[in-house]
Amino acid sequence: MTDPSNTTSGRDPVTVPRLLELAPGAGLDETLEHCRDLVEAPDPPTVRRWRDAGGKVLGHFQVYFPEELAHAAGMLPVKVRGAPVERREADSHFGSYICSILRSSLELALTGRLEVDLFVTHPICDAARNLAGIWARNLPQPARLLYFPQNASSGFAARYLEGEYARLLAEMEDIVGRRVTDDDLRASIRVFNRNRKLLRDLYEVKRETPWLLSVDEAYCLLAVGGLIGREEHNALLERALPAIRERAARPQDKMRVVFEGGFCEQPPLDLLRSIAEFCYVVDDDLLIGLRWLVEDVATDGEPLHALADAYLNSSSYSPVQHDARKPKEKMLLERIRDSRAEAAIVSAAKMCEPGLDEQVAYGQALEEEGIPYFLTEFEEKMTSFSQLQIQLETFVENVLFASEDWEEELLVLQVRERH
Amino acid sequence: MAEGGAAVTAATDVHGRGASDGRRLFEEWYAALTSAPERGEKAAYVFVMGSLVELLRCFDLHVVFPEINSLQTAVRKVADEYLNLAEDHGFSPDVCGYVKADYAVQVRSGEHPMGRIPPPDVAVLTNACSTYIKWAEIWERMYEAPIFTFDTPGSRVPVPLRRAGEPVETPDWASRLGGGFLDADSFEADRRYVEHQLRELIEVCERVTGIPFDIDRCREVLRLTNEMGRHWRRVLELNRQSPAPFDAMLEGTIYLGVANALRGTEEGALYFENLVEEMEARIADGLGPRGESDEHYRLVFVGVPCYPIFRRFYELFAEWGGTFVSSTYTWFASGGLNRDFEYDLEDPLGSLAEGLLLGVREATDSLMFPDRALIQSIDEYDVDGVVYHPVKSCRTVSTGLAASRRVILEERDVLALYIESDMMDKRVVSEAQLKNRIDAFFEGLRSREIRIAGSASASD
Ligand code: SF4
Ligand code: SF4
Repeated sequence: MTDPSNTTSGRDPVTVPRLLELAPGAGLDETLEHCRDLVEAPDPPTVRRWRDAGGKVLGHFQVYFPEELAHAAGMLPVKVRGAPVERREADSHFGSYICSILRSSLELALTGRLEVDLFVTHPICDAARNLAGIWARNLPQPARLLYFPQNASSGFAARYLEGEYARLLAEMEDIVGRRVTDDDLRASIRVFNRNRKLLRDLYEVKRETPWLLSVDEAYCLLAVGGLIGREEHNALLERALPAIRERAARPQDKMRVVFEGGFCEQPPLDLLRSIAEFCYVVDDDLLIGLRWLVEDVATDGEPLHALADAYLNSSSYSPVQHDARKPKEKMLLERIRDSRAEAAIVSAAKMCEPGLDEQVAYGQALEEEGIPYFLTEFEEKMTSFSQLQIQLETFVENVLFASEDWEEELLVLQVRERH
Repeated sequence: MAEGGAAVTAATDVHGRGASDGRRLFEEWYAALTSAPERGEKAAYVFVMGSLVELLRCFDLHVVFPEINSLQTAVRKVADEYLNLAEDHGFSPDVCGYVKADYAVQVRSGEHPMGRIPPPDVAVLTNACSTYIKWAEIWERMYEAPIFTFDTPGSRVPVPLRRAGEPVETPDWASRLGGGFLDADSFEADRRYVEHQLRELIEVCERVTGIPFDIDRCREVLRLTNEMGRHWRRVLELNRQSPAPFDAMLEGTIYLGVANALRGTEEGALYFENLVEEMEARIADGLGPRGESDEHYRLVFVGVPCYPIFRRFYELFAEWGGTFVSSTYTWFASGGLNRDFEYDLEDPLGSLAEGLLLGVREATDSLMFPDRALIQSIDEYDVDGVVYHPVKSCRTVSTGLAASRRVILEERDVLALYIESDMMDKRVVSEAQLKNRIDAFFEGLRSREIRIAGSASASD
């Protein structure tokens, strides 16, 4: 189950197990199907395979984690992003009014479907930061909180964050029983820089030729990165991208939209598929943590400093990251302009305080700019989309056929169940 | 009340003085806020967890607590007007009601049942609650004023809360977590980060007010907070007495308001000195919160009170002789005053950084990992039952309560009541349902009492 050619350079000859069960010559459709199966599996077999091969796993809750640290330590960084599972154990640990991803993430751990050697969560919101305590009380592995700076413009923020990374790295070293050198970290940063480049290419395909890749397909190719080693993800994308570009699909008369609201809890794949029926999603914030750093990270200086600096100064945006230099509604408008989108789908997970708060600001900014938007809420385990499809279809028709003197409100469709 | 409020009543008739002085001081505080813009005085918006009032007072800034403004709309039964306006502007029914009420106050140009709230000249917030950050982003969009988001990193490992000098045995799950909580090196790194930000904030305040920072003035303000804190801790401690002199959920909340609004002032320090006197007098006279003590069950309150029916909520417990002898609200919303910490007046800024960090950590830890502190309270305050009141609006306070309840019930022979409602939104407050659950809880407490009495006589 190991592939010696996949050895990460610059450190001990640790071979990286191959975690995908894809034949080397697998075609694009087969690859996409395999990725979809993995992404939808609540019990990701790749993580089990890694553990079976004796590897250690670092589980990190949404949104962003510097996975290079785990990679350099020889651990598999796994994105903990919930799953649409039936919850039997987790609910009694939470009150009502809590989003689903927290419950389902805990459910996966409590039922042994997700086993990690170190769990890290972040105070991204008031609900998520409680996960560390609840996790620690009920599971045998250590749980940690990583406080990212919210005062991004403080002159001390990068130094503080670098210290946090060093502290976590030391814990990982204890778990794997070996020291991590700066060169190990640089080698990992290179692997991730390659990954970032490939993901940028993937999103370029969505933006420039969206008829070649639907939002749900792109999502599967992206999300699988949170479940396998990055070398393997790179190899997968390197094979998939040319094949996508060669697809024979032709452009259709679909509206170009940006999907916003997938930074933490994930919308069901079927919801994305429903959107794809009417729209080309030309950019989005789905699993934005995997694309958080928007440029290559420097490999010539102090690696922890480079990672901390990139987090603060070369990064995307989300409702759970404060940075006065990057007002989120301005960032959304930029995303819409850069992707030449005609409209936005502004969604939020049910009960998600930051996502729901942000919807208001997004809505106000879009209205001021005269950009049509579709407002909706979702839950990871929702299964019925017919209502949403009808509303979305109406919205798309309104936008496509709206004459200039139509009432502006027609272009704003709000879908929110009022209690 | 930023500066120069009226003197506190002389200590003639002490009973009820805390309530009447508190009310008056509050009214004066709001009156001063209302008239501040006419006098050209500036205002800073702050939050109870990590308010930094001490620093802001050095710049003659009035302090506005939007959280207190919001809860006042609920206590005064007009919250729905404000919530509805915010929801009409697109806010979800499921987000923090405090944010929505304040949003509406701002949209209505500061119109508020207690007066008129001035707009911010500066706002200071910490990451003690993530929603503070979302909230301040609203002001960022509305106003030109600088908004300072302060990082006060909390505990990195979920270690239970400890009080100085009072060791508590560490449960298995906590020992698995490593000892990062009070690790000296990481604490010092955090403290340096906080101190650095304090210096950055001082520059902002100097720019906003044109007043240079005066370290001696800061020292004096810190001294007054030290004094207030000593009295506040004494007040909390006096409730270990049986009967308890005050109700920590009802009266404790009023005292908390004064503690936040008047930190670092003469009036504030004197108010709490007088309050200690009042509580000691109540104890000497055998009085409880309702006069002649009818205390039958000693309770701990965990969460935020139910403001839309504040007094009625209290009565539902009081009618059964239930007294809240302790309340986690008086820990996490006291700006760290409950903690056995005093500012070092020889090193005002370094110590302010340390106090801020410890205070915010105390607050967040008591929200996220409250078990040890609760168990300690159960033991020290001789508690019969714990009342958990998670609220829809506030995930900061509510998320961990179901898990905490499980731990408490495993570790101590108490009863626990878990009731959900809201602190702002009366649409999710059903008095009839609350009453049913509370009555059943007291029936359970009565059975427990009989059981304990039975086993005591059996062992005689
Ligand atoms: S979905 Fe929203 S509320 Fe839930 S954990 Fe993520 S950010 Fe927090
Ligand atoms: S979520 Fe809770 S702590 Fe945070 S602002 Fe709202 S009421 Fe206050």
